[in-house]
Amino acid sequence: MNSLFPSIVSRSQSSGLMNFFVPIISIVLTLITGSIIFVLLGFDPVYALYTFFISPISSTYGISELFVKATPLALIAIGLSYCFKNNIYNIGAEGQLTMGAIFGGGIGILFHDTNAFWLLPLMIFAGAIGGALWGLIPAILKTKFNTNEILTSLMLVYVALFILDYLVVGPWKDPFGYSFPKSRPFSESGRMPLLFDGLRVHFGLIITLFLIFVSWFIFSKTIFGFQLKVSGYSPKAARYAGFNQTTLVFFAFAICGAFAGIAGLAEVSGPIGLLYRDISPNYGFTAIIVAFLGRLHPIGIIFASLVIALTYLGAEDAQLFLQIPSAVGFIFQGLVLFYLLGAELLINYKLTYKKLL
Amino acid sequence: MNLDLILGILQIVLIATTPLVFAGIGELVTEKSGVLNLGVEGMMLVGAVSAFIILVITGSYFLAFFVSILSGIIMSGLFAFLVLFLMSNQIATGLALTIFGIGLSSMLGKQYIGTPIDGLSPWFFVIFSFLIVFLVSYFFYKTKAGLILRAVGESHNSAHALGYSVIKIRFLSIIFGGSMCALAGSYISICYAPMWQEGMTAGRGWIALALVVFATWKPERVLIGAYIFGGVTILQMNLQALGLRFPGQFFSMAPYVATIIVLVLISSNKLRIKLSAPASLTIPFYKGR
Repeated sequence: MNSLFPSIVSRSQSSGLMNFFVPIISIVLTLITGSIIFVLLGFDPVYALYTFFISPISSTYGISELFVKATPLALIAIGLSYCFKNNIYNIGAEGQLTMGAIFGGGIGILFHDTNAFWLLPLMIFAGAIGGALWGLIPAILKTKFNTNEILTSLMLVYVALFILDYLVVGPWKDPFGYSFPKSRPFSESGRMPLLFDGLRVHFGLIITLFLIFVSWFIFSKTIFGFQLKVSGYSPKAARYAGFNQTTLVFFAFAICGAFAGIAGLAEVSGPIGLLYRDISPNYGFTAIIVAFLGRLHPIGIIFASLVIALTYLGAEDAQLFLQIPSAVGFIFQGLVLFYLLGAELLINYKLTYKKLL
Repeated sequence: MNLDLILGILQIVLIATTPLVFAGIGELVTEKSGVLNLGVEGMMLVGAVSAFIILVITGSYFLAFFVSILSGIIMSGLFAFLVLFLMSNQIATGLALTIFGIGLSSMLGKQYIGTPIDGLSPWFFVIFSFLIVFLVSYFFYKTKAGLILRAVGESHNSAHALGYSVIKIRFLSIIFGGSMCALAGSYISICYAPMWQEGMTAGRGWIALALVVFATWKPERVLIGAYIFGGVTILQMNLQALGLRFPGQFFSMAPYVATIIVLVLISSNKLRIKLSAPASLTIPFYKGR
């Protein structure tokens, strides 16, 4: 006879199989919980789930929108994995995204009547610099003053948002904008080229895929990637091996900030075309979920970004067709992360039933 | 400045700071037991919306606060289950709780935006906030149970070896933190505002988290820190109202910049932060072999 409740036993080595299955388990559990919520709200769960997860991507335009939303999420998430792999909790990507949009967008506004091939590359570069500088602030505070990066990176999100707000209602306000809080539109050559006519999916997707490939190379083929991983698993071993933790923290924050900055610039020079207050629907925070759901692995992050992007689209459709507030998307995002974190237990521990007799 | 004006400002500061004290002292107890819960903002929002809805439906203030605190217990119980029994990463779980709370509160409160209610006088809660800080302080430093809680936060293995149930003590501390956050939220929606609006806690949950570090995990200092933050916020509003020619955004970011500066000043003394922070903070307890 076995005991009723399983006991938790530590695995000697984390399970690769579970590493693959845990995200899938958590998505399935989220869908089950989601349909229960829809039933409680008085909707036909099949129709509600169809409206939420199938109908948004049942057209070419819908699939293009999925990629538009997944682009910043995947780019920020792959940047975050440089930090998370090393157990650095940078949760301020939203601020780094905003600062990237300000730096890159600032160049776009400065050259608003210039049409030249160098404009977009310059804007992307400036966006990366802006994000990296904003990311380096918590890195400096962590390494020089021992300040916890969770709170500083988060506080800097609010500071960046207020700076953007100040700029678009103050010095950068469109002189022909009828006092709306927005900047001049960028010139045509300051916009991300569209990949297909009539669809909003843009060149930012190509940049994202390229940077994900580069990151895959860094993580799996370079000594830097190895150092990140080792000092994440065991700081003591990393110190003993002589890895410079300060340098690692600096690089992780700078790369993450730069990626988030490029994501921000890609948003304002892609679908938006100018600077205004609400450039990001919390992409910087949601990307944290994408990074975890993708298990900090480049391929995993690509799939996770598509899944989470779907919750954005589904929430919009749910608001339109079911009159459910679009915040329901956050519920799904929270749930998937809950299930994921709970199910992670299966990777490092196994459940066994003790024999009673 | 005349006396009336000063007294008026003092009143506003007291009323505005009280939710920070509640959320801060709740999170402090949780962290003292060795658990970091980043879900403060989410628990405050769910607490705020559930109190508001119950008040609109039943008209009973008692029921409103009761259900709100119950919501805090459920939300933090969910967090506790994940981090204590499934040993999940506390930082990510806390973030999930906040995201979930933002979504849940917006969905529940959708049809209550703009519903008028009769606000409750805040003074009982203002006094209660001072009282709870001193009660927590007394509990920590004058009672055996408080000593055990602190021991669990410092070294869960030693506490376990001495025969104390680490999981049970942490569970209770997390639940207390959740109740206090929900109370802070319901205070905002019923006494302070009084109304319901999406995301109405406006980042106070994150300030509360910063307050705990600012206070170097000492209860009375949460009170001091909260009043500094509250004072700066009200001062900024008043200076803006007086028509100071300076962009308002720079005032609005002041509390966040101040938080960063204070965190740097406090944590740059490595020895001090090491002595004050609970040594087992964010480390999961596994009763392994």
